[in-house]
This record gives sequence, C-alpha cells and structure tokens, in this order.
Amino acid sequence: MPTLPDATALCAQLAAAMRPSITPQTALVGIHTGGAWIAERLHRELAIQQPLGSIDVAFYRDDYNQRGLHKGAKASNIPFDVEGAHIVIVDDVLYTGRTIRAALNELFDYGRPARVDLAVLVDRGGRELPVAATWCPQTLALPASQTLVLERDGETLSFRITEK
Amino acid sequence: MNRNPQLNAHGELQHLITLEGLSREILQGILDTAEPFAEVAEREVKKVPLLRGKSVFNLFFENSTRTRTTFEIAAKRLSADVINLNINTSSASKGESLLDTVDNLAAMQADMFVVRHASSGAPYLIAQHLAATGREHIHVVNAGDGRHAHPTQGLLDMYTIRHYKKDFTRLTVAVVGDVLHSRVARSQIHALRTLGVPEIRVIAPRTLLPSGVADMGVRVFQDMKEGLKGVDVVMMLRLQNERMQGALLPSPQEYFKYYGLTPDKLRLAKPDAIVMHPGPMNRGIEIDSAVADGSHSVILPQVTFGIAVRMAVMSMLAGS
Repeated sequence: MPTLPDATALCAQLAAAMRPSITPQTALVGIHTGGAWIAERLHRELAIQQPLGSIDVAFYRDDYNQRGLHKGAKASNIPFDVEGAHIVIVDDVLYTGRTIRAALNELFDYGRPARVDLAVLVDRGGRELPVAATWCPQTLALPASQTLVLERDGETLSFRITEK
Repeated sequence: MNRNPQLNAHGELQHLITLEGLSREILQGILDTAEPFAEVAEREVKKVPLLRGKSVFNLFFENSTRTRTTFEIAAKRLSADVINLNINTSSASKGESLLDTVDNLAAMQADMFVVRHASSGAPYLIAQHLAATGREHIHVVNAGDGRHAHPTQGLLDMYTIRHYKKDFTRLTVAVVGDVLHSRVARSQIHALRTLGVPEIRVIAPRTLLPSGVADMGVRVFQDMKEGLKGVDVVMMLRLQNERMQGALLPSPQEYFKYYGLTPDKLRLAKPDAIVMHPGPMNRGIEIDSAVADGSHSVILPQVTFGIAVRMAVMSMLAGS
C-alpha cells in the first residue's frame, strides 16, 4: 500500500507553483466534485479576481453509450466570459485524461479561451489520451484495480484509496 | 417476474409510457437530472453531445405543434437527428398500420420513438411490439395517448412545482377543469401522490369528472371557490372542446362563470400560490387573461422547464 498523498500540503504546493502564472484575467474552473473543492481553495489562496467556475462533464463523457447517463449530474457554472479568457481547469486526480477531454469540449461550448492550463494534485499515470498537467505536485503509480478518491470533511481534504 | 414494463432488468427507465407505478426515486431522479439540462439552455452553444448519431422519430398521429416542437428542441439540444412525422389516422385498421409504420421506421435504424396518439395505449403497444420482435433497444416516449397519460407534461409540472415550492410534502394542490378528458390530469395526480403531496384536490363540474376519480386519492370539489381555499398550487386544465361528445357543458360562458380562474377566485388561494396551465390556453373559458398574464402565473416558465425535463428523459432512456 503506497503512502497516501497529503491533500492539504499538495494544495499549498500547487498554489505556490501556479502563483507566478496568475494574471487578473486568469479564471479557475473546478471539475465536479473533487476538482471544485480544490478550485475553491486555490481561488481563495491565490486571490483570483475572476469569479470561480465549476464544471460537471456528465453530458460530455465518452462512456455514455456504455454506461448511460452519469447519475447525480450537477449544472455547470461558468460565471465569466470564456471568450479570450485564461482558464485553469482544476481536478483532483489525473488518470486516463478522458475527463479532461470532456471538460475541454464542454468549455469550448461556452466560447474560445485564449489559453487553457490544467492543475491537478496527483498524477496517477494510466493515460489513455495525450493529456498533460501544467502543474502537478505529485505523481503516484497506482494499479488499475485501485481508485484514488478525494474526500472532504468540513474544510479538510483527504485522499482515500478504494479497491474496485 | 412482474416488473414494470417501462423498466429494464437493472431497474432503469427504458421507456416512458406513464408515471403510474414509477417510484418516488425514479421521479426524483428525472427531476434532479433535468436541473443541469436547464443550464445548457443558458449557454452560447445550447447543445450537448449525448445523443449524437442517434435518430429520434417524432410520431405524431394526433396534431400538437407545441408538444412536438418541445420534443424536437429537446432532442436537437442533445445532438440527436430528429425526424418529424405527422400521421393523421382515420381508418379502422389503426392497430395494423401503426405497427407497420413502426416496423418501417425501425428498419431505418430508429433509436427512439416519441409517440402522440389519440388512442390510449398506443405507445405501450409499440413498446410491446418492439420487445416481442427483439428490438427493445429502441426506446418509446409517450407524448400523450388518448385519455391515458402525458408523462412528460406531468414531469415538467412537478419540476415547476419543485422549482417554486421546494418541498412537495407540505403542499395543497388543486387540479381544475376538464379532468374527464385529460391525460394531463391523470399524469399529474399520479406524480403528485408519488412525490408525497398530502392534499390533492380536483375541482370540476360533475359532468367532467371521470367515474372513480375519488379512488385516485383526491378530494373532489364541485364548488371552485370552496376548492381553491388555501391552495399552494393551481393546475388549470384546458377545456377540451374537440373531445366533447354530447352536452357536457351548458355554454363556454357559463363554464367560465363557475370554473374559469379569475383574479377574484384566485384570491382564495394562498397569497404566494402559483398558477399553471399545460397550454394551449382558452382565454376567457378556463382562465382569465388577467390571471394568465398575472404575477402568480408560471405558465411560460413551464414551457422552458419542459425542454430540460424532456432532455433528461431522452438522455436517461437512450443511455439505459
């Protein structure tokens, strides 16, 4: 069993890594739900001026024909003008890259951003698409049988590994 | 096995024929799913790719421009290809020609049929036929059949009530008007009961009440003023002139006097009551223009919500 990543420490590292690239035009979009929690925190810590966005990729997932509509889909909320914006997509774990592909497709239905970056806490390998994070404080090789899940208890974020 | 014919082996909705017999979980699941679809309509690109490459056939054996349009918009916002067929039926050989039509369209690789038919049970007949011929992957949505059911209308009404009133379990809801001919009323009453509305009232003249309506768990009022007292939601029904056989009503004017929703009568309901109508409205017959266009009216939001609800239903079925 590998050591569990420390979500709080990783959030701080991620914020520090992102700080030099933040401009008044930078907007954050957290992927529902874990990414949205992290984006909330980064938004505060980095004093981002653009309102915080969140995205639920349920309507853009590529496994709809195999698995149907993802239950518990939430409305996406993009409260800034995507056209010409610098957007940072925020997620908890980068794995196959399929969620990021879906998020990019969804974002582009709101407009044409000038630049899109990706910020994640953990890269667990296993990519199935050519997707790379701009900022990622930790890599962690996990077997396909395991899932790395971010949980929130009050203000505390923590990781948990579950067996499929 | 006695499972609901609308559900597949995993308990997921495969067809939507009627709200009768669907659990609270399923109804709430549809309403919950509709919420994020409502947001899609606010976007620059009002479209999501879920049903890309799927063919949705709107089979309208009975005219209804509005319902057909809302289904068409819903399917198009899901990126489906939509084919509209308005088929006017008249002959006695309906059953046979109906299934022939279905077979032909199924041979064109249809993925979903949205069916409006003057005969109760037509969508169910189609679903059964598809199952019997090994084509249960084709989904059927009932867009109104005879006097039986209009489930997506019932669902969008529930979505509207939830949007404005949040909690079903504290509400008094009145369904007013031509209940006898109304498939909408049947779907509404089933859904209201399932979602836990404690008091459902039906307000109508005796001639427009179906026999056995009291068995549906409703309180029946023939005096509209009595029935509207203290209600949270007033759901008006359209007076279905085209379905009237014989003299069920003295005159439209007299109907308006006793059962038309006027500002005076509406004052008997709660001050924050909402007024709903499935459309198209007969102004001056079942509803006064001052009410239809007034501050209590949520009739146009119903139309907007209806698209999100139909998107939710279609995407849940096609993904089952």
